[in-house]
Amino acid sequence: MPLNRTLWLIVKLLAAAATAAAGYAIFFIAPDEHTMHAVQRIFYMHVASAWTAAVAFLIVALAGVLYLVKRESRFDWLGIAAAETGVAFTTVVLITGPIWAKPVWGIWWTWDARLTLTFVLWLMYIAYLLIRTLVEDLQRRATLCAVYGIFAFADVPLVWFSIRWWRTQHPQPVIGGGEGSGLDPTMWKVLLFTWAAVSLLFALMVRQRYRLEAARHETELLRQQLEERKESGATPAVSRA
Amino acid sequence: MKNFESLFAAYLVFWAIVFVYHFSVSRRLARTEQDLESLKQQLRK
Repeated sequence: MPLNRTLWLIVKLLAAAATAAAGYAIFFIAPDEHTMHAVQRIFYMHVASAWTAAVAFLIVALAGVLYLVKRESRFDWLGIAAAETGVAFTTVVLITGPIWAKPVWGIWWTWDARLTLTFVLWLMYIAYLLIRTLVEDLQRRATLCAVYGIFAFADVPLVWFSIRWWRTQHPQPVIGGGEGSGLDPTMWKVLLFTWAAVSLLFALMVRQRYRLEAARHETELLRQQLEERKESGATPAVSRA
Repeated sequence: MKNFESLFAAYLVFWAIVFVYHFSVSRRLARTEQDLESLKQQLRK
């Protein structure tokens, strides 16, 4: 088995083991929070997904910079792979948040800074995905998405700092917050472990999406070759699926 | 355990999104690889 495939098989096995262990840690090791009790355990998946989405969008921005500098398609493929996966994890955040909020706040949603900016973040990357369906030319699409992905990332630090800059319904920060903030040490360990497990899942999802984009690119190039042959009269035309 | 239903729903949402996304990409990848193979065969002719 090639080294690359062996490496990814190890990542898959690690991801499976880590997510199972994280599940166990969340339900049986993390201490019970004294006001919210069981529902507080949503915190681990909610925060881990939010951090993973932020990393995904950082990758989109960095891939955009690399594409603009080097003009290599693989950076465009990495950008779309990370963007789509980031949208998936942001969707998790936007749904698990209200599920947690309803029993605790008594409301599903409020238009405070953190929630609104997270929703805007989700919409911005949905727009990134839409751009890719609207622009047919491969190079123009890649350039547009690279630039858009760099600017769209500006919302990520706004989301992060929103609970520090403004009074919000969303809880105040547990990391780098004021006096009295912070997490129980066991909760910290469970959170970091859950994030590691979710990150492994993220890596697998990005890789799979990257492979899809690479295959689509190759398909497009072969179609163009066939059409050129048809125009020169060598082979019958192939219609697009 | 209080509010266990909300806890269960949240984790169900997480796994549902992960699996739906995974199967969506897998299907698209399988279809694209089929198209790719078909195009390669046509180019060989």
